[in-house]
Amino acid sequence: MHPAIRIEGVTKRFGDLLALGGVDLEVAQGEFFGLLGPNGAGKTTLISALAGLVRPDVGRLAVMGHDVVADYRAARRLLGVVPQELVFDPFFSVREALRIQSGYFGIRDNEAWIDEILENLDLVDKAGTNMRQLSGGMKRRVLVAQALVHRPPVIVLDEPTAGVDVELRQALWAFIRRLNRDGHTIVLTTHYLEEAESLCGRIAMLKQGRIVALDTTANLLRRFSGHTLRLRLAPGTEPPESLRARLSGAVGGEQALALDNCEQIESVLADLREAGCRLVDIEIGKPDLEEVFVRVMERG
Amino acid sequence: MEGFRTLFYKEVLRFWKVGFQTVAAPVLTSLLFLLIFSHVLERHVQVYEGVSYTSFLVPGLVMMSVLQNAFANSSSSLIQSKVTGNIVFVLLPPISYREFFAAYVLASIVRGGVVGLGVLGMTLWFVDLDWRGPLWILGFAVLGGGIMGALGVIAGIWSDKFDQLAAFQNFIIMPLTFLSGVFYSIHSLPPFWQQVSHFNPVFYLIDGFRYGFFGTSDVPPLTSLAVAAGCLAALTLFTLWLLRIGYKLRA
Repeated sequence: MHPAIRIEGVTKRFGDLLALGGVDLEVAQGEFFGLLGPNGAGKTTLISALAGLVRPDVGRLAVMGHDVVADYRAARRLLGVVPQELVFDPFFSVREALRIQSGYFGIRDNEAWIDEILENLDLVDKAGTNMRQLSGGMKRRVLVAQALVHRPPVIVLDEPTAGVDVELRQALWAFIRRLNRDGHTIVLTTHYLEEAESLCGRIAMLKQGRIVALDTTANLLRRFSGHTLRLRLAPGTEPPESLRARLSGAVGGEQALALDNCEQIESVLADLREAGCRLVDIEIGKPDLEEVFVRVMERG
Repeated sequence: MEGFRTLFYKEVLRFWKVGFQTVAAPVLTSLLFLLIFSHVLERHVQVYEGVSYTSFLVPGLVMMSVLQNAFANSSSSLIQSKVTGNIVFVLLPPISYREFFAAYVLASIVRGGVVGLGVLGMTLWFVDLDWRGPLWILGFAVLGGGIMGALGVIAGIWSDKFDQLAAFQNFIIMPLTFLSGVFYSIHSLPPFWQQVSHFNPVFYLIDGFRYGFFGTSDVPPLTSLAVAAGCLAALTLFTLWLLRIGYKLRA
């Protein structure tokens, strides 16, 4: 079985800027994959190369085994892209835009599926409305709908929830999760790391055009972020020497201590008791992707 | 093929939806030209034997409308799509560069044809025209629309901003169409400018188109046909090459 996406040694320069520096990546069919990185890391360039909007200087990309240049027709039929920019054609209504997009993909009578997408994205009431008259959130939904008109098995969403309210974000993710359960491969870029953490099974982190981390979300959290013990000591008490080196970030009197595992809590508390430190508050912080992201970016 | 069909349909629907601006307005402009020039020059100028100046003027104005509107259609559609970013809707699907070219150019020919018919229909109230060779008329209209549609694709792809497109239109398209014999026969020009006019491809389009009405022309119609077909072929090859390499469309 071909991978949903195969990227081999892709390099792209824009003048002096190295946008992608030899990216290798494989995404298996059915995965929910996250592509993370700071602004300018190359996420959108990589997606654009996959979609045929950008031509790599070196390297190859394939969607479900079809090369995006040599076999572009097949590759594009298998790929749905939700672009990052909020773009729309002001001449048409929502339904017209979806019909036209279907036709571009060679589908003549697509009404049943268009109705289903409109229903799922809560756009039924807006089907006859001109694109210009829609709110930003509504336009974003139409972009998602446009990417789905040809039922692509591989769906790429480039920051789909940027500037979207909570309600729509949740509805959108419920729909995308369902598509993933139905077998669609999802590739997502986002700056909302908690979204990536809860949705993506695997994550690649990009920095300056290179992949600096690639693993399952669970492994990344394990490798780069452990539990954190947050302590607030009674005023006037100092932590014992044995713990002082491991404590960091006294914010508002709260000190954080990184743990390799939960069993270490016991010894920390014992050390504090022995030193006569009185605790005002204690909290156990779970690993989070934000911390992983920061550490990977610092290291990479 | 469905991709081409839909893109063509979309391009036609796009201008039709704003028909007041894309069809009615240029028809009115041409009528104003006709009223003013015929009023001023009707009694002073006769170009062809037995043909009034107003009758002489009408085919020129019709062809000028075809040309300018064919250019406007593809160029404005592309620049708008590029500036607003919705060009991705056309670039993401499996549409080949040949389909892309054919859809934009054919839609331009349709827009030019609709405006040309509008101008012709309105002017028939004022003048009687001969219809010596309808096939010549149709042939030159299609060739002219195709040439300008292709030029519009080139200009739309090349321009990054509206003012660059406006420059292309004002400094290339407008002089070529105005200085092509729409309002006069080149035989009325000094010899030097007559020679210069022969390097203007639009001159051959207007002259050949007019031949279809009156059976008289400044140069033999087959020469005009050959020049027009040659121009269209050259522009087609050039535009297809630009689209194939993805010039300014696919980075």
